[in-house]
Amino acid sequence: MSQLLKAEQVGFTRGGELVFRPVDVRLRPGQALVVSGPNGSGKTTLLRVLAGILEPATGSLERSTSLAFLGHLAAVKGDLNCRENLSFSVGFSGDKGMEINRAMARVGLAGLGLRPARALSAGQKRRLGLAGLLVARRPIWLLDEPYASLDDAGGELVDSLLNEHLGAGGAAALSTHQRQPRLQTEPERLVIQPAFREGD
Amino acid sequence: MRAVLALLKRDLRLALRHGGESLMPLVFLLAVLILVPLGVGPGPNLLAAIAPGMVWVAALLASLLALEHLFRPDLDDGTLEQWWTGETPVGLLVVTRLFSHWLITGLPVILFAPVAAQMLYLPDRALGTLMLTLLIGTPLLSLIGGLASALTLGTNRGSVLLSILIFPLVVPVLIFATGAVSAAADGLSIQAHLGLLTALLILAVTLVPLAITAALKLNIE
Repeated sequence: MSQLLKAEQVGFTRGGELVFRPVDVRLRPGQALVVSGPNGSGKTTLLRVLAGILEPATGSLERSTSLAFLGHLAAVKGDLNCRENLSFSVGFSGDKGMEINRAMARVGLAGLGLRPARALSAGQKRRLGLAGLLVARRPIWLLDEPYASLDDAGGELVDSLLNEHLGAGGAAALSTHQRQPRLQTEPERLVIQPAFREGD
Repeated sequence: MRAVLALLKRDLRLALRHGGESLMPLVFLLAVLILVPLGVGPGPNLLAAIAPGMVWVAALLASLLALEHLFRPDLDDGTLEQWWTGETPVGLLVVTRLFSHWLITGLPVILFAPVAAQMLYLPDRALGTLMLTLLIGTPLLSLIGGLASALTLGTNRGSVLLSILIFPLVVPVLIFATGAVSAAADGLSIQAHLGLLTALLILAVTLVPLAITAALKLNIE
């Protein structure tokens, strides 16, 4: 089966020490991976390594298609309105996906297209980030704490977006420590282990 | 290529939205042009002699003013780390960002330079050279400033460090550029000055985007 992303024994070092025990990650079409672990265990670091933002210190990383990374920071410009932010996402990441108005309605931001992003609440900003995933078609989603600052309905929205994305042949890796995703196909799980340190 | 255009469009749109910030270089140039003659006296000979330096110092400060906003807002709102997730080489995006910085800080000064030259009694035969040095030199200022800005991104209040880093690097630019204009005003050859200035530009265009990419990478870790 074809693999969208393949990481073998990737690890990341800070100050010469491994942040977490190196892991293998494989993402196939239609497959989700849930990364869990206590605070500070390196969930975000792992996702950032997979996204290509950080250079892995060990192991190898290959991917065959484009990806979207949704991190702690919303990656929206406060001085631009929602529509402008989304049309930038389309232009910046290439493949056009869902139409902007439809995507905004899908994430529950219908009618807010002209509102400056800085006037959005934290939860609405997350929703705008999710709309950004929809407007540009990218087969791999890497979501860092996608449920953070979302209400219950927002959590269900993330689940249903993930289901649609996986159903359309996409793949996703997400980290979470609160809500567990409820998906149609059972996701694989990866628990991040702290690296062995000298003196342990 | 589409990513480059999207980034350029967004940068310029943001600059227009901060209208006051984008007019800063011109206001600065105007302030220097009006205040300095008031301070040193309006004698045409004196003004003509210091005209190249004044225009160039204004161009330098205009470029410097906008540097704090070159990469910092993108680092803070998370749009910078997105540069590494796309298919476009980051070096290309760095060049795009520097180009928009030049469009906002360098180009207005170049366009306004003929007026400045008139106000300062710069001899007409030196105007062409002034424009030419600005055309070669202001991109150089954006490149040098961009490097310093990327290097100081990790420090919280980087502005002082930024200025200290920049000054020694822009000294040659300032010397050769104003030297060329003064030489042209005196009717001397400007080839040596322009040649050195262009060599600096070529060197910077080749190496600086790579260095900035590496510096940014360090700062998002």
